[in-house]
Amino acid sequence: MSELLQQIVNGISLGSIYALIALGYTMIYGILRFINFAHGDVFMVGAFIGYYLTPQIITLAGGNLLVAAPIILAVTMLGCSILGVAIEKLAYRPLRSRPKLTVLITAIGVSFLLEYGGQLVFGPDPKLFPTLIPSGSVVNTEYIIIGTNSIVVIVTAFALMLLLRFIVFNTKMGTAMRAVSFDHRVASLMGINIDTIISFTFILGSSLAAAAALLYASIYPSINPLMGIFPGLKAFVAAVLGGIGNLAGAALGGLILGVTETFVSGYISSSFRDAIAFSILILILLFKPTGILGRHEREKV
Amino acid sequence: MLEIVDLEVKYGAIAALQGISLSVKPGQIVTMIGANGAGKSTLLRAVSGLVGITSGKILFDNANITNLPAHRIVGRGISHAPEGRMIFANLTVKENLEMGAYLRDDKDGIASDLERVFSLFPRLKERIHQSGGTLSGGEQQMLAVGRALMARPRMLLLDEPSLGIGPILVKAIFSTIVEINRELGMTILIVEQNAHQALKIAHYGYVVETGKIILQGPCVEIARNELVRKAYLSES
Ligand SMILES: Nc1ncnc2c1ncn2[C@@H]1O[C@H](COP(=O)(O)OP(=O)(O)OP(=O)(O)O)[C@@H](O)[C@H]1O
Ligand SMILES: [Mg+2]
Repeated sequence: MSELLQQIVNGISLGSIYALIALGYTMIYGILRFINFAHGDVFMVGAFIGYYLTPQIITLAGGNLLVAAPIILAVTMLGCSILGVAIEKLAYRPLRSRPKLTVLITAIGVSFLLEYGGQLVFGPDPKLFPTLIPSGSVVNTEYIIIGTNSIVVIVTAFALMLLLRFIVFNTKMGTAMRAVSFDHRVASLMGINIDTIISFTFILGSSLAAAAALLYASIYPSINPLMGIFPGLKAFVAAVLGGIGNLAGAALGGLILGVTETFVSGYISSSFRDAIAFSILILILLFKPTGILGRHEREKV
Repeated sequence: MLEIVDLEVKYGAIAALQGISLSVKPGQIVTMIGANGAGKSTLLRAVSGLVGITSGKILFDNANITNLPAHRIVGRGISHAPEGRMIFANLTVKENLEMGAYLRDDKDGIASDLERVFSLFPRLKERIHQSGGTLSGGEQQMLAVGRALMARPRMLLLDEPSLGIGPILVKAIFSTIVEINRELGMTILIVEQNAHQALKIAHYGYVVETGKIILQGPCVEIARNELVRKAYLSES
């Protein structure tokens, strides 16, 4: 029983990180109808920004993590946003009227560029991510240990998801995003500048990836330029599982995947861990390609 | 107010507009009638910047708007309610109307325009929190016109507001269009296949056939024209 509870907490914590990344995939899909395969690598760059930034900011903050962490989060989000917007402007925008397959292949190209560019810039060896969340535990009994980092991860991720929900459903920019995701041309008839909304979407997606990176690196502190591949692919699966294009679906998909993975590695074998996501992907594509919360695309005339 | 000079638009090899010249004066309702595929929607799309222009010029208030992107043309004061309504199905009625006012930030003005749209179309008020995709065809048409009005434009482009709705609602929509023109002094360019209704409410009309204007004049004269009566008013 206590082990079960322990696994659930760990699963939700991992799952909420997947959810943050999955939201980026699903939002960009909603607006541009393609999978931004470079998203996982933006996540990786976020981890490295955090790696170089954390010691500096902690020193500046006089060793106070509570002051340092929000600043590190904000700067990392800014860094990833600039990267995300630049990728869209330089690589995807010129191809916007081309077939989606062209853009998809370009996204894979950008992904390789970041992975190998990352090895060049940061070096290929793993690095140890500095401590951003104080170690220790919130609950520590003989039955269950809930680490401070699990709680910080879950609380931060859920707070960001609620903030995103507010932006998308309760602000003018968010409403414009939903209008653009319905139809670019009609949205432009409202006076909406499509390019602005697309950039805004990349800012939101990349910021969430940045936050996910800091949280992920706080749980798995060994970082390297290829670290974005697996979390990226899994978050993509989570987005498809929940119904691509659907925000609540991405969050739900991430949580389901995180919990399932943790259970499988806890109760069956940790070597199956990475296989779970792809088994889910195959099953979902076979039996419910629209995902849990997804609906059929409106046929465009 | 709107001056179109020798406009040509091509879709690949298809010449949809082949040298159209047309003018709309302030406060007027002008209509363009023509059969399927004549180029009516293309003309409106060219004005609002949705399709590129091969040659020709479009002037609005004497300013050249020929190559402006669509989102900038709205800012100049032209609002386009497109063919097939194109309501944001995933947004509520209220959000659809708010998107119509996207470029404005005068909160009070937007609120009073919202009330005005609701008084023109009381049905929309009853469905304010319903998602656009669940409205009936006629309600969507009202929403499309209302949404275009929310920009507080100086000119309204309406693409077949009677398409796909029943005769009673068609009458209601057309009388609302007249009301918008009279009470707000709105300049309106309306393209229609329903020549009968359009010629009844408009001041001036153009008849277009395969991308060319074949006839123009005050609507009373067009309605009397032998050819128009045969081809568009289904009289013999
Ligand atoms: N996106 C497009 N690509 C290629 N051809 C097009 C496109 N849109 C319109 N056309 C063609 O251009 C011509 C004019 O079309 P348009 O939609 O302007 O006609 P319309 O007068 O509005 O017709 P309707 O009354 O049926 O709406 C038609 O021959 C049509 O097939
Ligand atoms: Mg048409």
